[in-house]
Amino acid sequence: MSVFKDAGHLFRFAGLFVLAFLVFLVVRHFVVPKSFGQYGHYRGAAMGEIAAHPIKFAGHDTCETCHADVADVKKAGKHAHVNCEACHGAQAQHASADDPSTVKPVLPDTAVLCARCHTASAAKPKSFPQVVPADHSQGLACNSCHKPHSPGMDAGGTK
Amino acid sequence: MNGVEGFMYPNEVGLQWSVLIVLYPFITGLVAGAFILASLVRIFRVEAIEPTYRLALLTALAFLLVAPLPLQLHLGHPERSPEMYFTPHSTSAMAMFGYVYLWYLMAVLVLEIWLDYRREIVLWSQSSKGLLRLVYKVMTLGSSNISERSLTIDNRVGWIVTLIGIPSAFLLHGYVGFIFGSIKANPWWSSPLMPVVFIFSAMVSGIAGVMLLYMAITKLRKLKIDVHCVDSIAMYLFYIFIIDFSLEMLDLIHRIYEADESFRSLNFMVHTQLYFSHIVVQICLGTLTPIVLLGITQVVKLPEIVRKRIYAVAGGLTLIGIFAMRWNVVIGGQLFSKSFLGYTTYKMSLVTREGLLVAVFLTILPLFFLWALVKLLPPWPVKTLPEAAAGD
Amino acid sequence: MNISRRQIMVLLPAAAIAWKYVLAGTPEESPNYKMSDHWWSMLIDIPKCIGCGNCVRACQTENDVPDGYFRTWVERYHVSDWKMENPEVVMTNPMIAPEVISPDGGKEGFPVATDESGKYFFVPKLCNHCADSPCTQVCPVGATFISPDGVVLVDQKYCLGCAYCVQACPYGCRYIHPEKKVADKCTLCYHRITKGLTTACCEACPTGARQLADLKNPKDPIHEFLKTHSVQVLKPQMATGAKVYYNDLDGSVR
Repeated sequence: MSVFKDAGHLFRFAGLFVLAFLVFLVVRHFVVPKSFGQYGHYRGAAMGEIAAHPIKFAGHDTCETCHADVADVKKAGKHAHVNCEACHGAQAQHASADDPSTVKPVLPDTAVLCARCHTASAAKPKSFPQVVPADHSQGLACNSCHKPHSPGMDAGGTK
Repeated sequence: MNGVEGFMYPNEVGLQWSVLIVLYPFITGLVAGAFILASLVRIFRVEAIEPTYRLALLTALAFLLVAPLPLQLHLGHPERSPEMYFTPHSTSAMAMFGYVYLWYLMAVLVLEIWLDYRREIVLWSQSSKGLLRLVYKVMTLGSSNISERSLTIDNRVGWIVTLIGIPSAFLLHGYVGFIFGSIKANPWWSSPLMPVVFIFSAMVSGIAGVMLLYMAITKLRKLKIDVHCVDSIAMYLFYIFIIDFSLEMLDLIHRIYEADESFRSLNFMVHTQLYFSHIVVQICLGTLTPIVLLGITQVVKLPEIVRKRIYAVAGGLTLIGIFAMRWNVVIGGQLFSKSFLGYTTYKMSLVTREGLLVAVFLTILPLFFLWALVKLLPPWPVKTLPEAAAGD
Repeated sequence: MNISRRQIMVLLPAAAIAWKYVLAGTPEESPNYKMSDHWWSMLIDIPKCIGCGNCVRACQTENDVPDGYFRTWVERYHVSDWKMENPEVVMTNPMIAPEVISPDGGKEGFPVATDESGKYFFVPKLCNHCADSPCTQVCPVGATFISPDGVVLVDQKYCLGCAYCVQACPYGCRYIHPEKKVADKCTLCYHRITKGLTTACCEACPTGARQLADLKNPKDPIHEFLKTHSVQVLKPQMATGAKVYYNDLDGSVR
């Protein structure tokens, strides 16, 4: 044991290391969240927290459960694949209200709304229906002639 | 969009990593470089540099203690940083660096300094008064054994620690280089040469830093600078600088030759946005000028006073150049779009948490730490060193 | 709106099922969702995109995305005739590349294009939910990860805000949230898709250019689509295992 006689200070230094490591392990046990490592190197509970985020868009299936008549008209027209909330905005609040009529969605302004998609631009695909609004409607609102849910003029959509 | 030329992905316009992230590799580089200088004495027995041995170790410690600060100030949630130690992600260079830092601080630097100073620490713990006495007493870890044998053991162990310390220092700064070099998304950073370039530029900055500190402190103490010492340091600085410059030129030549997709965009950036900091400051002022100046001292026999002046100027320019290199890597890597179709600008703020004032403060702070360490553990023979007191 | 008594009798149970999902809460509670049954991805049909920006607005509404930051955005490319005829000029000058714009991420659409020459197309972009993602690789603490059902998510209670993941993403889809000071990005509307709904951007797209896809669902139309169309991912050379597939993606897209 003579080799240890004059190395006591080194053992004390090493001892400090070991002590610090043990303290680290203890603290770690209490601090690391319980669900960490459940599925991988992350907090398993995080997915549930993210999935609990409130929903703002109800989804077209939900709209159709009450507004089936409008849905039927839309299905037969040019806007068949345009979902309700694409124009009417997020309506989960309206759909989930006890009395939906108290949370009435605001009717969109056709001048702004229709123009977004249908203003003619060299950038848009040629097959997509587009017009120069000023020339096309001479200032009239789009829904003066086109029914938004079935906007095609030839399909009897005119007013 | 303000300050944007061409096209950038919408989320890319503002820079994520500020001047603080430039400072961090600069500081850790000084640490690694200072330690390499100390190892030249301890392992490679370059006697001439001995006067700077202890100063180099204290410098390394002073800068290492400050190194985490720019990182903490940059984080969105600094209070969560212990997560890096509790749940380190083994694929993340940043997480692994946390442990490399800790290893280097405790198992290399602190241990080596403690072993080298232990005899004096024990003596000071017996001779000093008041709070200082308590500090020294704690540092002795309760052991007052400074027998011949214990000191011999200290020396042996210290030698081994220094030996392990060399690859540890390489690991310390090489890892920082890898943090950037492993990012395939950024062609300015992504390169296997990055860790190597970082290591050699770290050595250059550390050696230049210790040389300047030694000259400045000696002058402040109104003593004569050991010319033989600085001559030797300057020689190592010169040769390591040549290697560093060669590596950086290799990277540049390789990029120009292969001219891959990113090259046009990066080349344009270097000639416009980065012209001043890269061409003027880093290359001309910060690399070529010091190399030429030091080269002259190696080839031509100049009088002492001229050599010392040249060393001081070269050292200063070197530090500026290496800082510029960190700037060009970190900031430069964020000025161009990953679409290679546009550029943005870095608007460095003045008084915010990541602004210029904080950066300046963090650059000066290690000098205060060094001052405190030099007071606590003088790196030069103290005139009135008391003999071991018999029973105190 | 006239709903007959008969319609109500039929529709109410359907509504109840739809709402069970919406009100369910968490995937563990939602009895019909098992993570291992899904491997989420998205299909973007370039020729169908008209650059209306509905998706960008819908995402912002659904996910409270702060102004100036984007979980999804739309880019408009314009490759003019003379650029197509002089490819070497485009190569040597990085600023004369295909003209790309994304004004406010395309949120309010795009200005009317008047130059009839050349070709235009719109490219909606979002997080690619890479199977081999470089962003999850670099996270120092495990705050970002890919879920067992294939969605790359950020644990905002654990994230340090170091921005290493933002640097590592080749697609520029991440940012640091200005208020929460943590990393943020597209979650593929995880809170919606785990309840049988589609993402907000897909819901709002008027032309069907964006479609949520489940690679593990044998009935998902993506399988047939991948077999019959020329489909690419962004930056394939990065080998990120990107799961957002683009139909008819032009080679000039960056």
